[in-house]
Amino acid sequence: MLDAKVVRKDFPILERRVHGDKPLVYLDSANTSQKPRRVIEALSDFYANHNANIHRAVYELAAEATEAYEGARTKAAAFIGAPGGSREVIFTKSCTEATNLVARAWGGANLREGDQIVVTEMEHHSNLIPWQQAAAVSGATIVAFPVTDDGHLDMDALERVITDRTKIVCITGMSNVLGTIPPVREVADAAHAVGAMVLCDGAQRTPHVPTNVAELGCDFYAFTGHKMCGPTGSGGLWARAEILEEMPPFLGGGEMILEVWMDHATYNEIPYKFEAGTQPFAQAVGLGAAIDYLNDLGMDEVRAHEIEITGYALKRLAEIDGLRVFGPTDPAERGAVVSFWTDDVHPHDLATIIDGDGICVRAGHHCAQPLMRRYGVPATTRASFYIYNTHDDVDALVTAIDTARSRMGSGGLPF
Amino acid sequence: MSLDDLYREVILDHYRSPRNKRALEAATIDVHRNNPLCGDDITVHVLVEDGIATEVAFEGVGCSISQASASMLTEQITGKKLDEIDALVTGFRKMMAGEEGPDEDALGDLVALKGVVKYPVRIKCAVLAWDALQEGISAHVGS
Repeated sequence: MLDAKVVRKDFPILERRVHGDKPLVYLDSANTSQKPRRVIEALSDFYANHNANIHRAVYELAAEATEAYEGARTKAAAFIGAPGGSREVIFTKSCTEATNLVARAWGGANLREGDQIVVTEMEHHSNLIPWQQAAAVSGATIVAFPVTDDGHLDMDALERVITDRTKIVCITGMSNVLGTIPPVREVADAAHAVGAMVLCDGAQRTPHVPTNVAELGCDFYAFTGHKMCGPTGSGGLWARAEILEEMPPFLGGGEMILEVWMDHATYNEIPYKFEAGTQPFAQAVGLGAAIDYLNDLGMDEVRAHEIEITGYALKRLAEIDGLRVFGPTDPAERGAVVSFWTDDVHPHDLATIIDGDGICVRAGHHCAQPLMRRYGVPATTRASFYIYNTHDDVDALVTAIDTARSRMGSGGLPF
Repeated sequence: MSLDDLYREVILDHYRSPRNKRALEAATIDVHRNNPLCGDDITVHVLVEDGIATEVAFEGVGCSISQASASMLTEQITGKKLDEIDALVTGFRKMMAGEEGPDEDALGDLVALKGVVKYPVRIKCAVLAWDALQEGISAHVGS
């Protein structure tokens, strides 16, 4: 079993203090994870010893940089189980860029008036807005795949929402608000039965749950590096090679071409066809180091740790009167993301007050406004856990919430 | 009791017992604003008669700062001429920008919000109702 107290030592930032002498209690890894020393050193080493632009120069340094970048691609492909290997993985600067790539490139070539785009009600805006934009251009319409009161995807609605007009189904691999891990495979099978494609947003899933895109059954899988111990500016898109080969390019520019004339061009092979311009290659190398780090911990161990700490957090939070937790109650059905609402302290006030105790949580709509509306709250407070969080962190959160509520009751706002 | 404590109590008082929180059907100005960062949501209603804000109300949901600020706004501008309100808005914005100089007496209870300046991400909450008010007055004067 992963020992979070040992893992913590790999993360230099967790040693710092905030607000004077308060230990940092970082409960916002669903927003961005902290970085282990290995990743920080990999970035630093790349810049100090191997930095040169990739794929373009013949000298030794450039060859090293290219090798490191392509090595990271191989690691990413293996990490998500890409059946066709690294040529099926396009590096992007974020998961958002990956979903936009699909909506623009695939959507632009395939969506027509009258088509339907199914989007679950628990999608992050990054897997909704690009589809609204694609719908506006193509004349397709968005169909909402509803969620149940207890935070599951409403599978009773499956046959109603996925029809012969459905062209693509957009589904998260793990909700960033509810923690729900929806049955992507079942949804994908239903989508494929009507000839529709499936895009899985893996931003929250990839860092926390062992992931195999072939087992998930999706056609597109988007992921980001900065939530899985990697640098910002790293992430990617997986799709089967034959799909990528048929898709038109997304951004145009250098590297994505073979031959260029003044009035036309031919495009590079995949994945380079989708990597226009200078890529964030140092960040990709950092992502490779993050993947090595997670593999050394073992993703099964990561998942087991998170089920355990989420179970503990749900139990402790249930002890607080009037606190409502959103999402599935069984930790085995969810990730380590716990959103909650208290009637007496607004999430924004709560987050500001407990920040005074060194506790970092997110308050707001979490880029999921339709979901907030679904549950009738303007915002929630969200605590999210990762490999370095311990029971002590959960206890500190519960104590701080209690204190905040009594302070709000006695005029103790920190303003 | 320190002044700080007193000010905090003023904010909480407005938050728990908001003044003029209601619809205002006769309003000549209705402006809705929300803060996409945190979901604070405010609608400011003003009835302007002969250049004077004779009735002011607000509706909304949100954190203590956004709601208390809106509540104070309604109290502070009721009965004032539009140009006086403009000066008040300017003074309030100066205070929220951490600038010296605004006439604190003129700001009344609003001075309690001065402490928010120490929390930069929360300033948006405090000025939300004021953004709505200013937009509404500009449109009203423009028409």
